[in-house]
Amino acid sequence: MMQIVIASGKGGTGKTTVATSLAQVAAERGAVRFLDCDVEAPNAALFLHPVLETHRDVGIRVPRVDAQACTYCGKCAEVCQFHAIAVVGKKVLVFDDLCHGCGSCTWHCPEQAISEHLAVTGVIDSGTTPEGIAFAQGVMNVGQTMGVPILRELKQWTPATGDAPPSTSLRASGALEIRDAPPGASCPVVETMRGADFALLVTEPTPFGLHDLKQVAAIAHDLGIPAGVVINRDGIGDAAVGTWCADRGLPILLRIPMERRIAEAIASGQTLVDAVPDYRVGFQELLERIVAGVNP
Amino acid sequence: MKLAISIAGQTIDSPFDARFGRAESFCLVDSDTGAWTVHANPALSASGGAGVQAAQFVAKLGAQAVVSGAYGPKAYDTLSAGNIQRFLAPGNEARSGADILAAFRAGQLTEADGTTHGGHHGG
Amino acid sequence: MKQLVILSGKGGTGKTSVTAAFAHLASQGPLADRILLADADVDAANLELVLQPRRLDTQPFRGGQVAVINEDTCVHCGDCESVCRFDAIIETDGRWTIDPIACDGCAACVYQCPTDSIAMQEQTVGECARSDSRYGPLHHAHLSPGQENSGKLVTQVRQRARQQALDEQRQVVIVDGPPGIGCPVIAAVSGADLALLVTEPTVSGIHDLRRALQTVQHFGVPALVCINKADVYPAGAREIEADCAAQGIPTVGRIPFDLTVASAMVAGEAVTLYRPDAPASLALSALWARVLPFLLEAPA
Repeated sequence: MMQIVIASGKGGTGKTTVATSLAQVAAERGAVRFLDCDVEAPNAALFLHPVLETHRDVGIRVPRVDAQACTYCGKCAEVCQFHAIAVVGKKVLVFDDLCHGCGSCTWHCPEQAISEHLAVTGVIDSGTTPEGIAFAQGVMNVGQTMGVPILRELKQWTPATGDAPPSTSLRASGALEIRDAPPGASCPVVETMRGADFALLVTEPTPFGLHDLKQVAAIAHDLGIPAGVVINRDGIGDAAVGTWCADRGLPILLRIPMERRIAEAIASGQTLVDAVPDYRVGFQELLERIVAGVNP
Repeated sequence: MKLAISIAGQTIDSPFDARFGRAESFCLVDSDTGAWTVHANPALSASGGAGVQAAQFVAKLGAQAVVSGAYGPKAYDTLSAGNIQRFLAPGNEARSGADILAAFRAGQLTEADGTTHGGHHGG
Repeated sequence: MKQLVILSGKGGTGKTSVTAAFAHLASQGPLADRILLADADVDAANLELVLQPRRLDTQPFRGGQVAVINEDTCVHCGDCESVCRFDAIIETDGRWTIDPIACDGCAACVYQCPTDSIAMQEQTVGECARSDSRYGPLHHAHLSPGQENSGKLVTQVRQRARQQALDEQRQVVIVDGPPGIGCPVIAAVSGADLALLVTEPTVSGIHDLRRALQTVQHFGVPALVCINKADVYPAGAREIEADCAAQGIPTVGRIPFDLTVASAMVAGEAVTLYRPDAPASLALSALWARVLPFLLEAPA
């Protein structure tokens, strides 16, 4: 299965706009799985309208100490790099919000006095869109700090499909996975991009767009993922993004002009190819170029 | 009583450091005899959970009470679990560890009766 | 001293353009020389592109640690891989290496290794800078691409900004915040006196505003809302105002869709300086005049 990640660096450049339209045209040619990986601000469902039938709590496996078995030796506190577990005198304290769920304390307790339970930090919702796209999103609970564990679970998600083992049936049909990444350029973006076959970087032709495009292009480069660029709101700003892409050999695969009717349609919750069907061909060509480039 | 005072420096005459988890060091002083030692705070460079780490550190030093300018919720809970008393000294006055000791002996320090701030986020 | 943090939930709604305009407007009024600026969006630090700062000092930012295997003493037993929950330990032809990008820094492998062949290594993952800008001192930072711990870096930027503001008795700190609702946002909002949420009247903007407001309220910070590009989808703007009114949150401004904002960005100027009579500039001036009293009167 080919995996395409849509990322941008700067927020609000049109990641979700591109990802949802790409998914819609892809669904016309084969099986598509869509993962909304922006767990802090997931928006793709607002455009693709999946029926979200399944909801699964996810989070971090935090330690619980059996006071009967504990000898207060302090090994757990010693091995914990995040100071999520403290041993003082004859007391053990666990701070769930510092825990990364790494399991180190569990592994290294000499008395095997530690078990783990799930501290829920979010939910994975999944279902199917009217076009038949298998859809899943991670939603982080308000007040939580760590989105990456939710993302890891989300990337493992497999749609339930009848009798055939899903991975086989998807692979057989030349299936696609489309991941809508969060903005920024730190660990959640890396986790979203890890393992993808192609990174489609959506930017706008402004100094802010370019500055942040450079950050996310560096991540794709470090991860060894081939990348291409979509310039959204083409016509505003300046030509610096195009110049930079040419210098770096990054192909510009699609330009979407600044048009008020597009902005208005997307604001109201329509996808780009639904609102302006002229773009259907552009997205089909975009998809063909990505698929051809990655699987020559 | 063994008292741990958060300071920024190497001796009891170094300036008082109002931070607890991110204090540069702790001056461990016997309030009866005045004998003191200084211990670098291992939590200074922690990515997160500095308060928890510093609290465990002063507990291991054998402190029965600490003096600092503020305690986050996790430091407060960890110190309480170790039955370590938590005294507050205002951080906006320039004074040394020795001044803090004098204030403690004179009974001028108040005990923190709860978390003084919401904690910081660094993860 | 009061701290205003500019947030949004959804990215790209105009936080930085609003911050730059506020910095310019504040520097023109009675607060001239009494403001200080901080860019807390360390993944995408764009404020400096408008403020043209002159750096005074730069410090390396040390983030978390990653595990490193000593090839000389490794006996290739694979025990490390068995305890790693982050898929960071990779075996290729009987040799084990650690992917520093995937490594979470938990050190489970360090304690598991029977030959003590794994050590933790601190990483420099960014920098934290103090600058002078055209509108006042600026504290800003850059996280190297792909790194973690941006919350810690945001905390550092805010602490340094706060300290300088106190030292120099500056009255207002304006913090340009990151998008989202996670760790860096919490680091940017906790302890602030007032949050201004810049949203846009789109289905995404509305959805994310709700989550951002919940986050701000979770940390007990009073909030105001302004609607950028308000005329693009008037029905959405009305929905936001109704939503906010129901929660007792003042909607303090509507900024019209105006391409002058992008032109100002290209020129490296705050839009209120670039074209003071542009529709967006007029709206931003009115917005600042409404926000400032809320900030100055916010309870300490």
